[in-house]
Amino acid sequence: MKKSLSARLAILSDAAKYDASCASSGSNKRDSSASGGLGSTTGNGICHAYTPDGRCISLLKILLTNFCIYDCAYCINRSSSNVERARFTPDEVVWLTLEFYRRNCIEGLFLSSGIIRSSDHTMEQLVQVARDLRLKHGFRGYIHLKTIPDASPALLEEAGLYADRLSINVELPTETGLKQYAPEKEAAGIRRAMGEMRLKIEAGKDRTHTGRPTRRFSPGGQSTQMIVGADGASDQQILSSSSGLYGSYGLRRVYYSAFSPIPDASALLPVKSPPLQREHRLYQADWLFRFYGFDFSEITAGRADGMLDLELDPKLAWALDNRAQFPVDLNLAPREMLLRVPGLGLKAVTAIVSARRHGVIRLEDLARLNVSIRKVRPFVKTVGWSPASLTDRHDLRTLFVPSPQQMSLF
Amino acid sequence: MNTLVFELEDTGRFEVWRDLARSALQRDIPPEKIEWRLRGKEVGLFDALPAMQVDGPPIREVLLRASCVDLLRGIMRHSDPGRFALAYRIAWRAQSLPAIAGLTTDPDVARARRMMHQVRRDYHKMTAFVRFREQESEEGKTRRRFLSWFEPEHHVLESVAPFFAGRFADMDWLILTPRGSIGWDGTKTVYSPEPCVKPDIHDDLEALWHTYYASTFNPARIKTKAMRSEMPRKYWKNLPETDLIPELLAGAEARVAEMAAREAGPAPMFHERLQARQKAQAAIQEDALDSMGTLLSSLRRCTRCPLHCNATQVVPGAGPERAEIMVIGEQPGDQEDLRGVPFVGPAGQVFNEALSEAGLLRGEMYLTNAVKHFKFLTKGRRRIHQTPDAQEIEACKDWLHQEVALVRPKLIITLGATALRAMEGGGVRLATVRDTIRPGVPARLATVHPAYLLRLPDEARALEERKRFFAAFETVRQWKELAVRE
Repeated sequence: MKKSLSARLAILSDAAKYDASCASSGSNKRDSSASGGLGSTTGNGICHAYTPDGRCISLLKILLTNFCIYDCAYCINRSSSNVERARFTPDEVVWLTLEFYRRNCIEGLFLSSGIIRSSDHTMEQLVQVARDLRLKHGFRGYIHLKTIPDASPALLEEAGLYADRLSINVELPTETGLKQYAPEKEAAGIRRAMGEMRLKIEAGKDRTHTGRPTRRFSPGGQSTQMIVGADGASDQQILSSSSGLYGSYGLRRVYYSAFSPIPDASALLPVKSPPLQREHRLYQADWLFRFYGFDFSEITAGRADGMLDLELDPKLAWALDNRAQFPVDLNLAPREMLLRVPGLGLKAVTAIVSARRHGVIRLEDLARLNVSIRKVRPFVKTVGWSPASLTDRHDLRTLFVPSPQQMSLF
Repeated sequence: MNTLVFELEDTGRFEVWRDLARSALQRDIPPEKIEWRLRGKEVGLFDALPAMQVDGPPIREVLLRASCVDLLRGIMRHSDPGRFALAYRIAWRAQSLPAIAGLTTDPDVARARRMMHQVRRDYHKMTAFVRFREQESEEGKTRRRFLSWFEPEHHVLESVAPFFAGRFADMDWLILTPRGSIGWDGTKTVYSPEPCVKPDIHDDLEALWHTYYASTFNPARIKTKAMRSEMPRKYWKNLPETDLIPELLAGAEARVAEMAAREAGPAPMFHERLQARQKAQAAIQEDALDSMGTLLSSLRRCTRCPLHCNATQVVPGAGPERAEIMVIGEQPGDQEDLRGVPFVGPAGQVFNEALSEAGLLRGEMYLTNAVKHFKFLTKGRRRIHQTPDAQEIEACKDWLHQEVALVRPKLIITLGATALRAMEGGGVRLATVRDTIRPGVPARLATVHPAYLLRLPDEARALEERKRFFAAFETVRQWKELAVRE
């Protein structure tokens, strides 16, 4: 008997939730006021709800089907798993997307799929959903499509025409990990697909002499995901892999997903709760790279075992390892150096640079910028404040480490 | 001078305050001489005082920078009754301190910016947390109708209306709030300041939304603090899905424990069939390769040096299998690495120019590189080319020699020192053999790499080197003509 729509929605959203990406940002701004259709994108994205796992719901994140011919150990949908299987027709996905969208529950659709029959067949189904949404229903909301490696260039081209963002997951940070856990997936094939997308995305940015884009291709760029803690890769290996991905393929985002236990798990995998703190530190390191001018290699340079400090955020850990560069003068230091001060965020740095044009910044001024004085104190100097020997204290680290807590007895 | 009392409606409208503030500023009335009140709220001792008009002629011009106007316009939407006085104080100070809006550490400005931030957040949360519920369509009309109840904290209703109008253009909608309502009928947005009461509305589709919300939640990761910081409790009462949260949290631990306890059962039937089919397919592909194909397929799997780890792909040679001339470059660059084809980047362009200048056809040559993977360092979001070292050249040499053996060219042109080294070992210096044809089977010609021409900083030098490079290909053309005659 065919399962009800609701039952299939439960199966296929459960199967899709291990993909961390849910962003609806980075695309061009557009709305329906001129066309009288449905949908808009704001550029920054909107999170419409949050689940108790702390993740946001921005897009309707589902699979077209969770049947898959691949047998990747970490994946709930691998062919050897006994998980319940289901599939949507493209029309059902279109209907769900539009109805949720009309109720302002979502920003759009994030559609992925298990590989069925062939890469081309699977990709064709994904593209059909996007095509129907855009052309039949005049939908202007956000669409994120997974691309399938080795799908034909014509299908990829069409996917890029309708989608705001395309992505393909590397899943495991090292090639050995991939060989061990995803024997049918090829690291080289994934890199090739990313390279092809980068070329198309760059070509899509070309303008005619009047400034109009020559053609549309995934204006929100491409992203990827790495699973953290399934294989033995260190943070240093993960981040160096990110560095290569950002540098080589111009990715907008690399997502880090703490490996979390899945139903009917393969015996190859660790049984433990997901390393959420580690995931958090990796995201912080990623932020340092994307917004704070750090190189990934600097962030892990001081770590002997290649793992980020779980107790301290990576910027603070870096500062403690590089004390010779501190204290930084709030009134004289260049923006790039202010960004490296633990406790100063992007907004605070912009505000400091703006305010110091008009007068001297004192330590107490920082409080008005929502900066924690306690945290920045050892690393800055200004009129009326010099950390003197504080910066070089041996036990400086202990001032920041959270006090130990008794383990729960229950 | 007595204290002036200005009474204003509790709306987010900037214009009313602006007109009053302007007339007061023009008459140089200091902030402490004005009391700003909300109409309809309780007032103190001077209840009897009517709303006052400023009198006397303007005595000075009022100037405000755009950045300051933006700030004041922003805080007018805040619900804090103190906003009028704060805005006036900032406007007053701006007359002697025009850049005040940039003084982020000033107490007044810091407070205003915090208010503006709160307004912006309220606006954003409204775009996120409004939920529409479908109503029956009006008789004889096809447009669908949706209704929503929302409780914004600040006066964001008017400013948020264009967002909803631009997004939900093809349906009628109405958002009711305690601070008024906004609606859309397909042609215009209507705002009414009349406070509304919460309507009783239902929508059957919400059951499906609940299903999605519950299924997309991962019970193995509990981060309720992150959830509450982005979706504070005050919004929960109007969000249909938040009813599920206690139940989801209560059941999470048991679900995870069950997952851990259950061992993987035997794989389903179709798994074995799929595995067998994939093995068969791979074998067929392997059988069908000819000699150049075999070379390519083993080349693609090359792991003889670490370069394969970071490069996108192997860039094999390209051109006719029986070419007279074989050209060997150093290694693929950024573009070659992405496309999988040699000589398509900036250096490839220079190479193409040299060929067409000499009247040679690229399509008649076999082009390849001494090292088949791109070697680079990432610097931020860019890849910086690195020259391959002796070990990498050595590891790749065997592939190059196999290509030479298959193509059997009459002339080999090496571009740059790396290619020369790969073909003739480290003993030959480029400067001593450069640009002359050395006869033999095959004949050889060594010249510089076109990328070298692009890197020369001195313009005169670059031009001279370019001429020499182009001349080398003229030599090749002459050689080719002779070879044909023989």
